[in-house]
Amino acid sequence: MPMAADDIAGLIREAIPDAVVEITDLAGDGDHYAAKVTSESFRGLSRVRQHQAVYAALGGRMGGVLHALQLTTAVPT
Amino acid sequence: MSEEVQARIAGIVGGNDVVLFMKGTPLFPQCGFSSRAIAILEHLGVPYESVDVLQDQEVRQGIKAFSDWPTIPQLYVKGEFIGGSDIMMEMYEAGELHQLMAEKGVVSAG
Repeated sequence: MPMAADDIAGLIREAIPDAVVEITDLAGDGDHYAAKVTSESFRGLSRVRQHQAVYAALGGRMGGVLHALQLTTAVPT
Repeated sequence: MSEEVQARIAGIVGGNDVVLFMKGTPLFPQCGFSSRAIAILEHLGVPYESVDVLQDQEVRQGIKAFSDWPTIPQLYVKGEFIGGSDIMMEMYEAGELHQLMAEKGVVSAG
């Protein structure tokens, strides 16, 4: 079952309240997304830890219902 | 994850300087993300091993717990988990993957 882009963004913002989330539907099929997540809470964390924080926000959906989510993380500049 | 699977994965990760857990093989990747990871390693020109998780369900599940990472592919260099294909691409584009390989003493084959 694919997920709506708004649901993905909502889950991320719920767990990381200051997150700026940009979701792109790559294939227009509601199943292949790219997400860019920017948050001050990422500062000082390795890329792996930043991505793990987003995956934790998605609560186990990553790799399951969310197969194809390209993720980029950043700290605000 | 059983201790036996954990030990097998630790053996693979510890026994290879550069190892990619992927879906399919370097010649026939079975997923776009694995394909992208292989392309990056080929561009870097470093020797690497690959493990096809589609051939081993225990490793396929076990590797996710091993690194606390929910997806495949996964890249390990000298025993350290580096990331999935998105992080590999980011690091490659920033020149950081070259740098990491050099720092870890992994030399390009070419």
